[in-house]
Amino acid sequence: MGQRLLMKGNEAIAEAAIRAGCFHYFGYPITPQTEIAHYMAKKLPKVGGVFLQAESEIAAVNMVYGAGSTGIRVMTSSSSPGISLKQEGLSYMAGSQVPAVVVNIVRAGPGLGGIQPAQCDYFQACKGGGHGDYRQIVLAPSSVQELYELTVEAFNLADRYRIVVMILGDGILGQMMEVVEFRDKEEIADIEKPWAVTGHGGKRKQNVITSIHLDPAVLEKMNQNLQDKYRLITENECRYELYNSEDAEVFIVAYGTVARIAKSIIEMAKNEGLKVGLIRPITLWPFPQEAFDKVKDRAKAFLTVEMSSGQMIEDVRLAVNGTGPVYFHGRMGGMVPNKFDILAQIKEIYSRHINS
Amino acid sequence: MAIIFQKPKALKDTSMHYCPGCTHGIAHRLVAEAMDELNIEGDTIGIASVGCSYNSYDYFGCDMIQCPHGRAPAVATGVKRSNPDKIVFTYQGDGDLAAIGTAEIIHAAARGENITVIFINNTIYGMTSGQMAPTTLLNQFSTTTPYGRQADLHGFPIKVCEMLATLEGAAYIERVSLHDVKHIRKAKEAVKKAFKVQQQKKGFSLVELLSTCPTNWGLNPVEALNRIRDEMIPNYPLGVFRGESLEV
Amino acid sequence: MVHEIILAGFGGQGILSAGRIMAYAGMLDGKQVSWLPSYGPEMRGGTANSSVVISDKPVDSPVLNSAGSIIVMNKPSLEKFESWVDKGGIIIIDSSIVNKDVSRKDIKSFRIPATKIASEMGNMAFANIILLGKLIAEKGTVSVENFKKALYAVLPERKHNLIPMEMEALKTGMEYNEV
Repeated sequence: MGQRLLMKGNEAIAEAAIRAGCFHYFGYPITPQTEIAHYMAKKLPKVGGVFLQAESEIAAVNMVYGAGSTGIRVMTSSSSPGISLKQEGLSYMAGSQVPAVVVNIVRAGPGLGGIQPAQCDYFQACKGGGHGDYRQIVLAPSSVQELYELTVEAFNLADRYRIVVMILGDGILGQMMEVVEFRDKEEIADIEKPWAVTGHGGKRKQNVITSIHLDPAVLEKMNQNLQDKYRLITENECRYELYNSEDAEVFIVAYGTVARIAKSIIEMAKNEGLKVGLIRPITLWPFPQEAFDKVKDRAKAFLTVEMSSGQMIEDVRLAVNGTGPVYFHGRMGGMVPNKFDILAQIKEIYSRHINS
Repeated sequence: MAIIFQKPKALKDTSMHYCPGCTHGIAHRLVAEAMDELNIEGDTIGIASVGCSYNSYDYFGCDMIQCPHGRAPAVATGVKRSNPDKIVFTYQGDGDLAAIGTAEIIHAAARGENITVIFINNTIYGMTSGQMAPTTLLNQFSTTTPYGRQADLHGFPIKVCEMLATLEGAAYIERVSLHDVKHIRKAKEAVKKAFKVQQQKKGFSLVELLSTCPTNWGLNPVEALNRIRDEMIPNYPLGVFRGESLEV
Repeated sequence: MVHEIILAGFGGQGILSAGRIMAYAGMLDGKQVSWLPSYGPEMRGGTANSSVVISDKPVDSPVLNSAGSIIVMNKPSLEKFESWVDKGGIIIIDSSIVNKDVSRKDIKSFRIPATKIASEMGNMAFANIILLGKLIAEKGTVSVENFKKALYAVLPERKHNLIPMEMEALKTGMEYNEV
C-alpha cells in the first residue's frame, strides 16, 4: 500500500476521482459536500484539469453531460436539493448512455430541509429520480477508505456500462476524518469509447449522442437495450458485506454511516448473549439479493435501520420475500439512530421470535 | 459543365422536415457553408437543442449532441472545456435560449466560453404549436396570447443581443436577418465570422438570425418574409452589438 | 483497546482542532482512528463538539452515543454530556468556565482551570491542549511524541512557532493536580 493519510470523506472522494483519471469537475456549492469542490478547485488546475463552478446545479449536470459525451472521465457532486435539480441531466444521460460519476452527500429534507445527515434520498437514487424507465448504479460507502475505493470503482463501472454511477453518502461520511491508505497506482479500466463525440475528422461516420426517438418502436427497442444492460449489471455487480453472520439469528440491514453504528451494536449485543449479524448493501442498486439468500436459513428476523422513514426497507422486504419478519428503526430530519435505542429494539425482537 | 451551386458538404443528404417557408433550412445551410469554407466539419461538435431543430443532427454531418431544453450552452461548455481545440456550436431557438435557458446563455457569455451560438429568433414556439416566446412582439397573437401579447399581462420582449452585449465575456454579438438574399449574404458573413472568432480563441460569439415561422404565424411564406422586414426588424434592429472592430 | 472521546464547548475554543490533533496522533501511533465534527452554523459561535475514536482494530462507529472520556469547555456541554460518560469513565472540565461539577458518582471528574492557566501562559488558545494533557496522562490515549508531530501536521504553518509553547501547555495539563 501507498500513502496513509488522515482525510475528510469529501476530500477522499475528490482525491480518488483525480487518481481515477477524472480531471474535469463541474459543480455548484451546497453544504455538506462543498469540500469536494474546494479540493477540486485547488488540485485540478495543477494537473491540467478543469474545475468550473457553474451557475446552477442544472448547468453543472449538463456540463457533465457535454464533457462525458466526449468520452472523458467527469464528475459532479452535490447534496439533496441540488441533486433534485440534477435529475433532468441524469435522465438524459441515462437515455443517451453517457457515463459519469455523481456524488450525493445526502442531507435531511424535504424542501430545503436541513444540513444534517440523512438517507432520505434512497428512493430518488435507486428508483430513478428523474423521468423515464432508467436506473443508475448506486454505491453506498461506509468509511472514508471505502469512499476512496468506491469512487475509483465508480469511474470504472460508469465506463464499462455507459451508465451514471452515484456515490450515495451522507453528511457524516462527508465531514468525518479517517485514515485512508492510497494505492500507489489505480486500476483504471481501459475501455474504448467509439461512441464518443470528438469530431469525426473525416475518418469515421458521424457520432450522435441523443435520447430522443419519436418513433415508439425505436424508443421501445432503445428501452429494451437499457433493460438488458440493467439485467447484466444486476447479475455482475451486486456488492455487499456480511458481518458477524455465521451464527447470527437477527440481522440488522443498514448501509453507509448507519452500518457503522450497527457494527458497534453487534459487539454490545454479543456481551448480552444476543447473536446479531449485519447485512450491509454496498450497491443499493442493484440491490444485493444474494446476501439475503445466504442467511435466510438461519435468520429469524431482520431489522432495517435507516436515517429515513423507511425506504430501503421496501427492497429488504422484497429480498426477504416472506421468509422472516422485517422490522424497522428509523430517524429523520438529520437525527442519527442511537445505538442504545436500536439495541433495545433488538432485545424486543429477540424476546418475540427467539426467546419466546 | 462547371458546378456553380451545390449542397454544402457539411449537410447530409437528408431531406428536411421543416415547414414550407421556414428559414431553418437557410440557417442550416449558412452554418454548413461556414464549416465547409473553414474546413472544420471534422473537428466540430454541434449541440442540438429542444424545438423544431431538435434533430438537426439528421442534417448536419458533424458529431452532435442532443441536449435538454435550454441547456445547450452548459453542454457546450462541458464539451469545449474538455476539448478546447475542437469547434463547438449550439443551435437554439428563442424559447430554448431566452426563456428556459436564460441562465445558461448569460453565464456562458459572461464566462467568455469560447463557443459559437446560432440563435434562431422567430418570435414564437414552433414545435409545441405557436405559444408565446420571450421574443414575441407586443400585440402579436399566439396560442397562449390569443388576444395579443400585452405588456401589463405578459411583459415585454427580451432583446437578447442587446442584453448579452453588456457582458464583458462576449466577444462578438450580431443580429442579422434571413428575409431576402441581400440579408442572407450578410448573415452568412456573420455566421462565418462567429466561427472564426472561436477558431482564433477570442471568446464567446453569438449570431441572432431573425427567422420565420409561417405555420404558427398563419402567413404564407412570402408574407412571413415580409413580416420580418416590416415588424421584426423595427423591433429587433440589425447590426453588431459587440466586437465590431474585432479583426478575424 | 478502544478510546472513545468526545470534546465539547463553544465554537472558537479549538474543540474541532483538538479532536483532529488527537486523531492524527493516534494514526501516527499506528492505530485506526476516526474524527467526526459537528458541522454547520455552530462552527461559528454556538456549541461545537467532535467525536474521536482511537482503536487497535477498525473503528466500528464514528458516531458516539457514549464515551469513556469527555472533555467539556462550557456549561451546556457538561449538562448535555455528563450522562454520556461510560460507567468508570472520566470527564475533564475547564473549571475556569464551568462553575459546576458532575453529580454522578460512578465516573471520575477532573476540574482544571485551563483557560485561566492558558491566559497566564500568554495565550488563551492553549486551554484545549492543557485539557488534552490531562486526558493523555489519565488514559494514555496517544504518545506525547506523536502528539507533537500531530501538532505540526494539523496546525497551519503560520502557527508552528507556537508549538513549543503548546507542548509546555500539554505538560502543564499532564502534571496538573487538583488543589
